[in-house]
Amino acid sequence: MDAKTLIAKRVALEMKDGDVVNLGIGIPTLVADQLATGVQVILQSENGFLGLRPAGEGEIDPDLTNAGGKPVSIMPGGSVFDSCMSFAIIRGGHVAATVLGALEVDQEGNLANWMVPGKMVPGMGGAMDLVVGARKVIVAMEHTAKGGAPKILKKCTLPLTAKAEVNMIVTELAVFTVTSEGLVLQEVAPGVTIDMVKASTDAEFTISANCQEMKVQ
Amino acid sequence: MSKLINIQQALGNIRDGMTLMIGGFLAVGTPENLVDGLVGSNMNNFTVIGNDTSFPDKGIGKLVVNRQLQKVIVSHIGTNPETGRQMNAGELIVELVPQGSLAEKIRAGGAGLGGVLTPTGVGTIVEEGKQRLTIDGQDYLLERPLKADVALLKAYKADKAGNLVFRRTARNFNPIMAMAADLVIVEAENIVEVGEIDPDLVMTPGIFVDWIVQA
Repeated sequence: MDAKTLIAKRVALEMKDGDVVNLGIGIPTLVADQLATGVQVILQSENGFLGLRPAGEGEIDPDLTNAGGKPVSIMPGGSVFDSCMSFAIIRGGHVAATVLGALEVDQEGNLANWMVPGKMVPGMGGAMDLVVGARKVIVAMEHTAKGGAPKILKKCTLPLTAKAEVNMIVTELAVFTVTSEGLVLQEVAPGVTIDMVKASTDAEFTISANCQEMKVQ
Repeated sequence: MSKLINIQQALGNIRDGMTLMIGGFLAVGTPENLVDGLVGSNMNNFTVIGNDTSFPDKGIGKLVVNRQLQKVIVSHIGTNPETGRQMNAGELIVELVPQGSLAEKIRAGGAGLGGVLTPTGVGTIVEEGKQRLTIDGQDYLLERPLKADVALLKAYKADKAGNLVFRRTARNFNPIMAMAADLVIVEAENIVEVGEIDPDLVMTPGIFVDWIVQA
């Protein structure tokens, strides 16, 4: 199993039937394909609808895209609305979980994923509202940057998306929870040792008394 | 009274340097004929308020590429490299606003509110220059209202009194902007007689709309 699929499978276990979920682009999008049997989530798309599903053959509708502008479709029972309603849903605590990638995340739950000064300034889009508003914020990403530099840091160096809002970090090596006492290592992937996690992580973390092998189906 | 006019008449309401709100999300729900009219005009120095600067060949992106803008207030510029290039070259002012805050700032502008309090952006660079207020122990930023001289919007259906219906995700910022500009021009795909849209299905009341053009 490749790293991205492993991450998506593990994140999928956090979803409960009926949850309203917003998935970011990249690895987070893969989570929708990995849900357990009997678990159906309602995907929210910040450009203004509930009930996102992939577009089938011949279903391309120029008036219906995801937040990345790509054609998608809408489930029976879905609904569409304007941007104020969309962000009332997001900011008002009506989204159970959001899954996003990160450039950096730190041991205080700070997240940086929207700009690299002088290099890449795409803008925050809806990410700042999502991270502040969703009841659970899950960072799903590869453990280190290309070249092996740690992305899980003591302190983020890039401009923050939000302060102390991340609840959980899932990578191909490990699962951490973010607590008021800092990061806690909860799970390590099959074949991965705690020392391997330490070597790839800049942040300090404690090891849960119940630390176990990563749960994947 | 019919509010139906043609594109040239619509453009006659727009002047250099105006602040324009333009509906759409990555050009879905953007009035492309009105934008093309602007691109074909000699007007420039606009400030544009919109969700994003789209792609170089679509919607607001075309106005960026044609160098008709002096400032944009948007949540995202990542899909239009020309926006970033002009920003870095000091040719275009880019004010980035979190998407939900942008929607609420526009709503506040149209709803007679002095601003909104949002937790979004607290502790980030978005907070710079803004007032932080603590309400019941939670920190919020004061986001001020946004208004525009003209809003250029896209609807799926309009009756001749300006009652609007939007379709799918082409709705996005359009109904909010309809409330927040001095003059509102709507490009509608379908134009019907007054009375043909069930009042229960009207998404933007016609009183907000000044002029309608055929898409």
